[in-house]
Amino acid sequence: MAADKLSTRHLLGIKDINLNDIELIFETADNFKDVINRPIKRVPSLRDITIANIFFENSTRTKLSFELAEKRLSADVINFAASSSSVSKGETLIDTVNNILSMKVDMVVMRHPYAGAGVFLSKHINAQIVNAGDGAHEHPTQALLDAYSIRQKLGEVRGKKVVIVGDILHSRVAISNILCLQKLGAEVMVCGPATLIPKHIASLGVKVEHDLITALNWCDVANMLRIQLERQDIKYFPSLREYAMMYGLNKKILDNLNKEIIVMHPGPINRGVEITSDVADSKQSIILEQVENGVAVRMAVLYLLASQRD
Amino acid sequence: MQKRTLLDGKKFQITIKRLCHQLIENHNDFSNTVLIGIQPRGSYFADRVKQELSAILPDKNIRKGNLDITFFRDDFRRKDGIVSASSNTIDFLIEGCNVILLDDVLWTGRTIRSALDALLAYGRPAKVELLVLIDRRFSRQIPVEPDYIGLQVDSIDSQLVRVSWKETEGEDKVILLSERNQ
Repeated sequence: MAADKLSTRHLLGIKDINLNDIELIFETADNFKDVINRPIKRVPSLRDITIANIFFENSTRTKLSFELAEKRLSADVINFAASSSSVSKGETLIDTVNNILSMKVDMVVMRHPYAGAGVFLSKHINAQIVNAGDGAHEHPTQALLDAYSIRQKLGEVRGKKVVIVGDILHSRVAISNILCLQKLGAEVMVCGPATLIPKHIASLGVKVEHDLITALNWCDVANMLRIQLERQDIKYFPSLREYAMMYGLNKKILDNLNKEIIVMHPGPINRGVEITSDVADSKQSIILEQVENGVAVRMAVLYLLASQRD
Repeated sequence: MQKRTLLDGKKFQITIKRLCHQLIENHNDFSNTVLIGIQPRGSYFADRVKQELSAILPDKNIRKGNLDITFFRDDFRRKDGIVSASSNTIDFLIEGCNVILLDDVLWTGRTIRSALDALLAYGRPAKVELLVLIDRRFSRQIPVEPDYIGLQVDSIDSQLVRVSWKETEGEDKVILLSERNQ
């Protein structure tokens, strides 16, 4: 059994937490999974806590998932979206957050387009910070729920082979996933066109492969990432159609592999680009399980962070 | 540490048997009654009671579940201590049932309050009763009283009552631990 406390006060990235923390989060998430499958899906643990969800970038899944997790723990929740706020009037990040904190907020869940925004904030304000994605840096809860879903499907993560396919260069999910899976003892490979693989990624101890079929034949789990067109300021490949032909996963490829692999996707899916509909809806896909597990894992993270008194 | 044995051997067995007969007096054949042990240590007690009841009523199916109260505790963030939870296993509906809550030691009553909260997430029982092996009387912080008691003991706050079970610790025994000089 894991230790009964997290080693950190904030969840800023997978880089800052250890194997024990990850195992504790998973064990706690098991209990919350049980809670969210009951007739009454709510526990009163966080009833005296107020959490602010501050999203400087668009999000559907992560925001809903965090909000649901907070509400199922009975926390008070306030939501803030940068697009409809004073940020557009020129307020700085610290000012915005300090204003929110003077309303007595205990925890901040933040998504921000700049890498390191969470770390910066944690140095300047008192509340506990949960990083819900910062630029192309980290997205720790996504990595945790991905690893948790693999653990649920395959029994354990240790020794499993996971390939992350697609836009590694712009992906915070990829970085957090690599770190998390490695801490849990899995082997990781990244696969994509050379232009979308960061130059020194091999220094993280991952394999690099440019051929999709080779990568898929090697792995137990394929995590298909979305092409982040919104972050691509230049052309990294000739056309989406060509990308889909070279790196898109379809049912024919899946059926011709030498073993049955598991397909994951952090969402949102661009159907017909990184994976086709028949793959996304196949029995090998655990995309919707990932979403369900996301709530349980986020409940575990919030619960464990909240249990640390100041 | 000073140890004093409160209950063991033959007396322990007789106490469990007596409690089971008291239950049968009120619940007949257990067709609408379920046992719920409070995790972790109340579930060992519930296992034993179930085993004993099944021996007395061999052709009856006694239903037993485990309830974890971790997320319903009222001392979350107020006390350093275990935050990791145990599992809930209640694979039947408690709606309309008579529920017998079991715990090994009743002390402040706060665990039972949390358990009542936790229980409601599984439905609305017709009746809830409380069965404890040891009642540390005069130490309640909340108005909770047991319906069935194995043994009542008088103790002070600094003392500890520890119940060990044959299945997990190798011996059925209840001991009272006190600091020296008391």
